Amino acid sequence: MADSYASKHILSVTVENKSGVLSRVTGMISRRGFNIDSLTVAPTEDESLSRMTIIVEADELGFEQITKQLHKLVSVYHISDLTEEDAVERELVLFKVQASPDRRHEIIEIANVFRAKVVDVGKNTLTIEATGNESKLDAMEDLFRGYGIRQLTRTGKIAMGRGHDA
Amino acid sequence: MITLDEKLAMRRRAIEGRPFGPGSQTEHEGMTMTGAQAIIASLEAEGVDTIFGYPGGQAIKIYDALYDSKKIHHVLARHEQGATHMADGYARATGKVGVVLVTSGPGATNTVTGIATAFMDSVPMVVITGQVTRGVIGTDAFQESDIVGITMPVVKHSFLLQSTDELTRTFREAFYIASTGRPGPVLIDIPSDISGSEMVFHYPDKISIASYKPTYRGNARQVKAAADLICQAKKPLIYAGGGIVTSHACGELTAISERMQIPVVTSLMGKGAMRCSNPLNLGPVGMHGSKYANMAVTECDLLIAVGARFSDRVTGKVSEFAPHAKVIHIDIDPAEIGKIINPDVPIVGDAKVVLGALNDRLTRKEAQPIDEQWVKDVFTWRDRWPFYTSDFADYPDAIAPEVVLHRLSEKLDPEASIVTTEVGQHQMWAHQNIHREHARTFISSGGLGTMGFGFPAAIGAKFGCPDCEVVCVAGDGSFQMNTQEMATAAINGANVKVMVIDNRALGMVHQWQSLFYNKRYSFTELADNPDFVKLADAYGWRARRITKPEQVDEALDEMLASEVPYLLDVMIPRDQTVYPMVAPGAPIDDIIGALDVTLGGVRVSEKGFGKLHRKGGHAADFEDGDDTKGGE
Repeated sequence: MADSYASKHILSVTVENKSGVLSRVTGMISRRGFNIDSLTVAPTEDESLSRMTIIVEADELGFEQITKQLHKLVSVYHISDLTEEDAVERELVLFKVQASPDRRHEIIEIANVFRAKVVDVGKNTLTIEATGNESKLDAMEDLFRGYGIRQLTRTGKIAMGRGHDA
Repeated sequence: MITLDEKLAMRRRAIEGRPFGPGSQTEHEGMTMTGAQAIIASLEAEGVDTIFGYPGGQAIKIYDALYDSKKIHHVLARHEQGATHMADGYARATGKVGVVLVTSGPGATNTVTGIATAFMDSVPMVVITGQVTRGVIGTDAFQESDIVGITMPVVKHSFLLQSTDELTRTFREAFYIASTGRPGPVLIDIPSDISGSEMVFHYPDKISIASYKPTYRGNARQVKAAADLICQAKKPLIYAGGGIVTSHACGELTAISERMQIPVVTSLMGKGAMRCSNPLNLGPVGMHGSKYANMAVTECDLLIAVGARFSDRVTGKVSEFAPHAKVIHIDIDPAEIGKIINPDVPIVGDAKVVLGALNDRLTRKEAQPIDEQWVKDVFTWRDRWPFYTSDFADYPDAIAPEVVLHRLSEKLDPEASIVTTEVGQHQMWAHQNIHREHARTFISSGGLGTMGFGFPAAIGAKFGCPDCEVVCVAGDGSFQMNTQEMATAAINGANVKVMVIDNRALGMVHQWQSLFYNKRYSFTELADNPDFVKLADAYGWRARRITKPEQVDEALDEMLASEVPYLLDVMIPRDQTVYPMVAPGAPIDDIIGALDVTLGGVRVSEKGFGKLHRKGGHAADFEDGDDTKGGE
């Protein structure tokens, strides 16, 4: 077989907005032996449809299989592969950072540099909301680790092709 | 039997999204009725005349409505699995959609094996399951099971009906999805309160589904590329699968094979895709294929796979499969292309349409038949390594299964008979020795390999084709998985015949244990089988047991002449092995136990043509085997 080098792929999948569709899609992917790195689902501008952004790790042939098998599901309308494409990718993260009153200022500085927002202040914590691409969020996480991260939640990536194409 | 024209008309309707039956033109149209009555009316609108099922609490309203139907014949099985396999056999024999009706909970879960069997072999089926009322779904109510969730990996699509508004459309969509593209089973789960609700019946006369658009026409440029490859090939070979049968492409397949003089090998699902009497048909390929068919794959320089999916039972070791060949892969399912083998020319489309286009293209190119040396070589191999010769017997005093099946094959009218099989050794002997002249006359569980499938499938096939002689070739292991359906056959007057190839063992696993597990026969010996003749008698069947070769002919005649269901118990030696065989994971030209007539008709085990790479290993197995002769 040709290229067996595994890499990350971003799929944007438009599906029927109906109960059970999520498990049809995820079940198909895991059943064929692939692992989902991240997954987001929400309704689109058309309420009868949902968009899933799925990130999977697979080699070229494997990725082709996933795409083709997904296409076969009657609940799937459209699939775009945003991996190679010029696409806007975003992810939202909430950090709850350990912050004694004397260190608050430094942490807020860091947040500002990354254009992140402080959304809650506790006695010894700061909750910070940040959006961006993976490398930016990873960099923030690294810095906050120095102060101690109490809790972290990532939404998983969403993506959209640039320009006018749907 | 349904004619080809009728089948093609049915397929055209299916693709256009129109109902198989009168659609809105029934007396039910516009009437106010219960959901249950609308379910039965929907089946009538789809022209369904036979369904297989088993009632229960959450299906009782549907069964109540069925009681009034004058158009639908319900066959009461004795187990939901049996009902599902019957619908499957009915669908495979007729090309129509098989319909199953069962209740919730255990009724529904009992259909799972049948659904998975149909899914693996791409059989169109609609399975209707009762469900608990909407209000208690998710509360572990009595006989509740999440059958939509349970069957998700093995259905083409499924519906959990949410309101009476979507009832008729759901039925139309289910029949449409089941029967078009690459066919498969579709499940409709119906909460019983929906069956009880009132609604006005309107059946759609046409539908289309935006997210479901199968490709039928092959890409013209790819067809041209395929034609060019065929013209350049010196040793081309067609590998025909079940897709030929589904799309009624047998005529197109034969036309291309004959005009270009390209030999054909068939998968288990592709049996009957080309007449066995056609010399260009080399028949079974793969693990228990003939040595000549396997050699043809190994030697060919172009492999044209049509409606076939390169199953591991065909390819053996994939990296050594057709090592010298370029590959053209024609399939309606894009996901099959590149799944196992990356083809040089992929064509997504319906086998009939694509082969037709390919034929036209070859005609326009004025393509000349390929050099006759290739076909001559292949025919020489066929003469050298036949499946069986009349003067050979592994166990001279016992009944040879090859002989029984060969004799059965000769006695059956290929124009009016259907053979079904269970799964195991007898299945492979049947595949090798039963000659078929038409598609849909050999019915066997290929992909899932479901023991217990063949007998109920035979009953289903008999309902679909009542004028055909239907014989189930079974093993003593498989047959015991659904013997309860003997009652269904007897009570409904389904005059099927069951021929048990009885070795008092789970023969195929026993064979593997003999060859690869040092004869450690772990739980494969069925010494305490019931007396099948008495069992048959209990169900009102006729039956007989034979043990000697000289009884075969007369017993087969008696079985075929019987006007009631008949069981023939054919005792064969326990150690009888299916040959030829390719060890799992080995390349398919590395064959154990092919007969070689040039050496005086002995079984040989060697890779390829032998002389160059003779191997000692397997021959020893035969010497050991001789010692156990007659050890039944």
